[in-house]
Amino acid sequence: MAELDSIKKNLLEQVADIHQVPAGAYSLRVDGELFGKNDSEHISIVKKTDKPGIDIYIKPGTKKESLHIPVLLAKSGLKELVYNDFHIGADCDVTIVAGCGIHNGGSADSEHSGIHAFYVGENARVKYIEKHYGEGDGNGKNLMNPTTIVEMEPGSYMEMETAQIKGVDSTNRITRAKLADKATLIVHEKIMTHGTQRAETHFEVDLNGEDCGTHVVSRSVARDQSTQLFVSHVNGNSRCSGHTECDAIIMDEATVSAVPEIVAAHPDASLIHEAAIGKIAGEQLIKLMTLGLTEKEAEEQIVSGFLK
Amino acid sequence: MLELQHVGFCVPGEGGGKTVILDDINLKVSERFVAITGPNGSGKSTLAKIIAGIITPTSGRVLFDGEDITDLSITERARRGISFAFQQPVRFKGLTVKDLISLAAGEKLSVATACSYLSEVGLCAKEYINREVNASLSGGELKRIEIAEILARGTKLSVFDEPEAGIDLWSFNNLIKVFEKMHEKTKGSILIISHQERILDIADKIVMVADGHIAAEGAKADILPKLLGSMAGCRFTTEVSENG
Repeated sequence: MAELDSIKKNLLEQVADIHQVPAGAYSLRVDGELFGKNDSEHISIVKKTDKPGIDIYIKPGTKKESLHIPVLLAKSGLKELVYNDFHIGADCDVTIVAGCGIHNGGSADSEHSGIHAFYVGENARVKYIEKHYGEGDGNGKNLMNPTTIVEMEPGSYMEMETAQIKGVDSTNRITRAKLADKATLIVHEKIMTHGTQRAETHFEVDLNGEDCGTHVVSRSVARDQSTQLFVSHVNGNSRCSGHTECDAIIMDEATVSAVPEIVAAHPDASLIHEAAIGKIAGEQLIKLMTLGLTEKEAEEQIVSGFLK
Repeated sequence: MLELQHVGFCVPGEGGGKTVILDDINLKVSERFVAITGPNGSGKSTLAKIIAGIITPTSGRVLFDGEDITDLSITERARRGISFAFQQPVRFKGLTVKDLISLAAGEKLSVATACSYLSEVGLCAKEYINREVNASLSGGELKRIEIAEILARGTKLSVFDEPEAGIDLWSFNNLIKVFEKMHEKTKGSILIISHQERILDIADKIVMVADGHIAAEGAKADILPKLLGSMAGCRFTTEVSENG
């Protein structure tokens, strides 16, 4: 397989914490094309024939395996829409690392929109890690619009860790999930925007099964003149528990809106929403300054701790 | 080591006047343990914050090792060797106990070293080291973590604003041992604001602040007997006012 150049290697490191093509099952998409893929004994990756994207089949009972599916875009002006479907068999215990890195050195906008659908089999456990990162010295914008659809079978467990820390000018993130009996969905989302960036994140979780539950936590920092919108709808349609939390730090002239909605459509649905938006508390800065940090260092520590 | 010269602090009062919080405070701190005591609202915490640089005095000078630090920032004072433990410790979402102890030490600490500071303040290190310093910790736990941070800093001057609050489940004996150990390590001064007789009892010097003035100052043997009489009265009035 061809070598990645240094720009792409850096993008790969940013979004997947790896320097080279990963070991085990992977699919690497570069500049709108499938760059390489590798199946493992239990995980097979099949290129879609009707539209861009892949189908991933993870055999029932697959344990302690990981799958990497990074996407790198270094060609300015490239726009793509990719469909990735994950069919996760019953009783699996797997980690999936996705992520998109854009390097836009030109003047045209680059855009990656990924539609990821997860079909999580009975009693399967999935950890899904997704990082979005943008860079580039051109005037072209980096746009990413990920949609995640999750369908969880009885007893399944999914943990999503998503992070967009740098360089994405505009994002509209949509997460929709349906949970069957005793299924659990945990989401930890981290977003940082700066400059004039805009980030929107929408969650819609249907708690349909008995004793299913979700915990959606979004932590974000908005700097400069950036804007963010957090919207969550959690529908409790049975005996279930749901918790959403939106916690944001605003700095400079940034604005953040949080629009939570929790709907209890069953007498035994127990739903909680918490939202807090505010600047860094003065006493936090003072405290770290008494440890010898400058005000700027204190601010950096508070922000990086918050988004850790 | 630390010297306050004619330090005063006033805030704008009602009707355009001024409310005096501290007036003409002259104080030298070079002993091992110095305790500042006095009734609630007498200006003790303001005095501690002036030393740490959190509050700028409206008059007078603050000297540290002979250098005039009145106009230095909190950060500069911290770097010169002043530590400050808050009366009400600050909470952080995301920063862990280990993060704070590392920041206090000024270097990335190994888990073992960070744990050793926690063990000294009677916290089971394993349980606490990776916990976030957020609302899930009790006031007493936060106080002890803060003392561990001051231990990790190991500076020439450590100022504690009512360290005893919330530590009843631990014990005063242990708190006092921590202070003694801290002194052994730093050979510096420890300035403690406290109402607690047992803390006053270890002080080499006791400073009694009342109504923004130093009402009495001296060795424990001279001050403590007088103080206990007046403090009983203070406690009584505090209880009466708190109860209604």
